[in-house]
Amino acid sequence: MNFQLSEEHEMIRKMVREFAEKEVAPTAAERDEEERFDRGIFNKMAELGLTGIPWPEEYGGIGSDYLAYVIAVEELSKVCASTGVTLSAHISLASWPIYKFGTEEQKQKYLRALATGEKLGAYGLSEPGAGSDVASMKTRAVRDGDYYVLNGSKVWITNGGEAEIYVVFAITDPEKRHKGISAFIVEKGTPGFSIGKKEKKLGIRSSPTTELIFEDCRIPKENLLGQEGEGFKIAMMTLDGGRNGIAAQAVGIAQGALDAAIEYAKQRVQFGKPIAEQQGVAFKLADMATAIEAARLLTYQAAWLETNGLPYGKASAMAKLFAGDTAMKVTVDAVQIFGGNGYTKDYPVERFMRDAKITQIYEGTQEIQRLVISRMLTR
Amino acid sequence: MNLQFTEEQEMMRKMVQEFAQTEIAPFVEHMEQGEFPRPILNKMAELGLMGITVPEEYGGAGMDFISYIIAIHEISKVSATVGVILSVHTSVGTNPILYFGTEEQKKKYVPKLASGEYLGAFCLTEPGAGSDAKSLKTKAVRQGDYYILNGSKIFITNGGEADTYIVFARTDPNEKGSRGISAFIVEKGTPGFIIGKDEKKMGLHGSRTVQIMFEDAKVPAENLLGEEGQGFKIAMANLDSGRIGIAAQSLGIAEAALEHATAYAKERIQFGKPIAEQQGVAFKLADMATAVEAAKLLVYHAAFLRAQGLRCGKEAAMAKLFASRTAMENAIEAVQIFGGNGYTKDYPVERLFRDAKICEIYEGTSEIQRLVISKYLYQ
Repeated sequence: MNFQLSEEHEMIRKMVREFAEKEVAPTAAERDEEERFDRGIFNKMAELGLTGIPWPEEYGGIGSDYLAYVIAVEELSKVCASTGVTLSAHISLASWPIYKFGTEEQKQKYLRALATGEKLGAYGLSEPGAGSDVASMKTRAVRDGDYYVLNGSKVWITNGGEAEIYVVFAITDPEKRHKGISAFIVEKGTPGFSIGKKEKKLGIRSSPTTELIFEDCRIPKENLLGQEGEGFKIAMMTLDGGRNGIAAQAVGIAQGALDAAIEYAKQRVQFGKPIAEQQGVAFKLADMATAIEAARLLTYQAAWLETNGLPYGKASAMAKLFAGDTAMKVTVDAVQIFGGNGYTKDYPVERFMRDAKITQIYEGTQEIQRLVISRMLTR
Repeated sequence: MNLQFTEEQEMMRKMVQEFAQTEIAPFVEHMEQGEFPRPILNKMAELGLMGITVPEEYGGAGMDFISYIIAIHEISKVSATVGVILSVHTSVGTNPILYFGTEEQKKKYVPKLASGEYLGAFCLTEPGAGSDAKSLKTKAVRQGDYYILNGSKIFITNGGEADTYIVFARTDPNEKGSRGISAFIVEKGTPGFIIGKDEKKMGLHGSRTVQIMFEDAKVPAENLLGEEGQGFKIAMANLDSGRIGIAAQSLGIAEAALEHATAYAKERIQFGKPIAEQQGVAFKLADMATAVEAAKLLVYHAAFLRAQGLRCGKEAAMAKLFASRTAMENAIEAVQIFGGNGYTKDYPVERLFRDAKICEIYEGTSEIQRLVISKYLYQ
């Protein structure tokens, strides 16, 4: 048993931390205010190899692992949760299913472009009537010669509009319910594929979230990912790993809020001494730090299990559940410690608090995580 | 990073698990009736469990700190009473002699403690000195070859049963703070060393908790542990490992609550299906399991640092704070899941409910852990 991170992991953390502080943090508040996605930041992450952290070099990656990936998402999210989720969706949701289920040709064509960061990825699963209940989706894909013809719409698409490569799920056989779902790789610019409205959100505002609309959109049959009918399995397995990324995002948000709260509490003097030395605040900070430490260990454990080819479904659900709740609780407490100042945009904690909420909702709500965990406990 | 146990640690886990099931479980009812588990301790001695981390040259098993924590964790899943007896015996009954004793003291006492011939105890707390340990009043006055001790100690685990007691007393009456405190090894049977009343406790039945009075107790000068004035340092030195031990005990209780509740929920049918399949109960179980996993990682992370000889003050406090809270919460929820049955002595969860509470109190209350953690955060 050894809890220490390797030198490689520590190096990646240091590199991403420096990058985040220098290139991401300075504009985080402004991008949030303006709801502005900055492709320049993504391009710089590509230069550092972050866009392909876990993928082998033969596919354009840097040949590291999932632990390094969650460390990167954590460090980015400490200063900007929007940038954290951009990378998380790009790697976990768009690249992972192609790496896992793609043909060699698909990997060379799409995974390589994603890993090098030449292209940005996205994932289209949710629909207006199919959120947690994925199997009730309505988007259809009908085979027509060398093509599949897609019709329907998708919602809540992170990186939507900005991404060039989309992994999209549609029904190929309505008789078979969830076993009739298939996955496709869809390129931006495909005729019949358009981007719908962009959501105005509570948080992660510099990460675009859009609708995707498919109107007789013809996808070459070689862009079927995996086999026909394998889509549900691909979607669920993708989310298992994606949860690690969101857990890491949540840990980052929480740590960012804690760091800010500690700094503030040490300087803010009331009743003749820093509030950090008054137990009402000191004990809150201790609880926040303890929860974050636990959340981080759960997240790293899930990533370590995945890296080592061990089962990680339960571990990643636990990591996501615990880290998401921790991010929410810690950021609410951080705003409280800042008092009136925390409620203003002069300080980062109000942004952290708004950003934290999404970690309890996407990539499986907390309720879905509890369902996943309880089924594993009682089977 | 490698989160798997070594083969040696895994063997320890299996051995203790089996021992707890076959030997301790049948004895639990006796302990609930107030019987001290002497037969169990004798069997543990045969297995080498009374000196797990003690080097072989002093009669111990020479194993690492993680193995010791595994033993406390697994034993406490079946009996928190036996867990605390072992924890006190090892962490604060034996280790201070091993770390601060002269070669003669070590040769005289440690092999007997490690072999289980002797049981150890620790006397720090007084009626007016709980969390504020350095305000203790027990006095030790040098008279020729002896120290004469006067005062009283309370809440002494293993008191009355133990053969050696590490006792803290003030040797310099002019020094009000921690520097006037010294540590002594006091043997049972020393004239003037009197075992007072047994506490009637909410839980941990079968473990003895007593008052101890010193009335002109004559302790040989060679039983001074360390130097005069070093007592507080000695008391604090083993605090981290003591806390990790109690954290492991808490983890055992928390995990037992989860396992009993899960098994019951699968069997218990209401509204036509097992309550485990109804979300009100299923989600509770998921939260309990997630907290157990988080506590486990905090406990073993702290134990790993301690085993490596690295600083672990913050991590030990976090493990203790979080694991004890989890023990309490899980025990409360387990009783709730058992419903009326859980409130009776026909099922084990009411015992867990009573046993859990002490974990938030002894070896530093949760409030003291928060104080410790917050101080680390400001460094």
